Amino acid sequence: MKASPAISFGKVSKAFGNIDVLKDVSFEISEGEALCILGRSGTGKSVTLKLIIGLLKPDEGTVCIQDQNIVGIEQDKLSAVRRRMGFLFQSAALFDSFSVNDNLALPLERFTKKSKAEINSLIEQRLKDVGLGQDRYKMPVELSGGMRKRAGLARALILDPHILLVDEPSSGLDRITSSEIDELLLSIKKKDKTTMVIVTHDIREARRVGDRIAVLDQAGLVGIGTAQELEGHGNELVKALVSEKDCHAH
Amino acid sequence: MSGIRRYLEFIGNVGLFALRSARRAFIPPFEFMMIWRQIESVGWQSLPLVISSGLALGIVLNFHTRSTMIRFGAQAMIPTVQSLAFFNELGPLVAGLLVAGRVGAGIGAELADMRVTEQIDAIEAFSIDSFKLLVIPRIIACIIALPILTVFIDVAGLTGGYLIERGISHLSLSLYLNRAFSQVGWATFIPPTLKTTVFGFIIGVVSSYFGYTTNEGSSGVGRASTNSVVVSSLLIILADVMLVKSIFFLYPESAI
Repeated sequence: MKASPAISFGKVSKAFGNIDVLKDVSFEISEGEALCILGRSGTGKSVTLKLIIGLLKPDEGTVCIQDQNIVGIEQDKLSAVRRRMGFLFQSAALFDSFSVNDNLALPLERFTKKSKAEINSLIEQRLKDVGLGQDRYKMPVELSGGMRKRAGLARALILDPHILLVDEPSSGLDRITSSEIDELLLSIKKKDKTTMVIVTHDIREARRVGDRIAVLDQAGLVGIGTAQELEGHGNELVKALVSEKDCHAH
Repeated sequence: MSGIRRYLEFIGNVGLFALRSARRAFIPPFEFMMIWRQIESVGWQSLPLVISSGLALGIVLNFHTRSTMIRFGAQAMIPTVQSLAFFNELGPLVAGLLVAGRVGAGIGAELADMRVTEQIDAIEAFSIDSFKLLVIPRIIACIIALPILTVFIDVAGLTGGYLIERGISHLSLSLYLNRAFSQVGWATFIPPTLKTTVFGFIIGVVSSYFGYTTNEGSSGVGRASTNSVVVSSLLIILADVMLVKSIFFLYPESAI
């Protein structure tokens, strides 16, 4: 029997005003798979992530997380689904008025019955995992861009999510730092078998971290498959994006 | 026509936001830690501004009333005039406007920045109710902090007046206080001080509305900050007119 997908989009459409951002988009992501979404700016990549976690509602279609359609479900059911997901935002979106420690403690204090000591050791471990063991009590403003991304990643992983959504992990970072972030994502994938959806402009990153690559353009999904499959794709844009081996795609 | 429609839409949206806030404030979970942090930010950090403004205003009021009172041979009434002016109107209104300027701008800008930098989305992604976590504590903090700040501005205003009295008339502190409080009763202190809870609600709701609902990117942060101050200040002055009339109706002795 075929295992049910971790995430499935069924004919999803989303428009803002008169502008169609996604139109009849369908795809599935298997458990433990990493899908990288590529595309030009404004083609609905970040919107796709927000639809998966229910921060946006599609105008039409279904968004299923482990077989549960989250479109229009009650808030408490949506909350339960969201707690199985982690989200690393493009700007890391750390809470400015909280220290790194408090950023990580907030969801733990809300949604687990762990003792203060357990919370402390979990935070310590997560921060060590991302290389921020020494920066636990710093405020976000004291962190560099790369450190913020790492702290955001630690926070996204703090509830041991089944699904990790990552928006532009390498944006604003130098090549070395973005490679370190990629390494972290790869180690999480390998160690925890976390399903990942990664939005990126960087084809190198997509090839490195993604099992498959999806290309969005003109409100539609124009290609999906492994990097090798897409190199021979009929769509010129897909071919151009995927074959840019050593530079950022647009 | 579209201008009027936009204006009416704005009033409706702020009204709905205020109703939502009032309703949600009584539904658990109660964010006590966030409320405490906000009280510190709204109240404690506004204290230097409020006290220095009150002191300066007390001094200026004494200078202005002195010449008039002397002309009518009522120099001894200066402390009474000073206290009635501060307790009835100057203290509450100036405290409201100062907090609208300092805190309203801060709340508007902070929430707008959190919206723009996806911090509010991050809170929602954790299934934490961002409205309860961010908006309600700010409104409650404004409601609690404003009456307390009003008492401080009243005291600072009287202190400013006393310093001038002391310098010019060599009036003793006990005589100054005796004269200052000779006409002050329950109705001239408690209702005007408590009316600032309404000002606090206005500042909290209006500035949170502009910050929380912004969708204009980084330019929206500045706009949210400016709009918070302008609209809060305007609504405070309008509310003051209605509240003064209501206090006169409920406590006629305060109108004399």
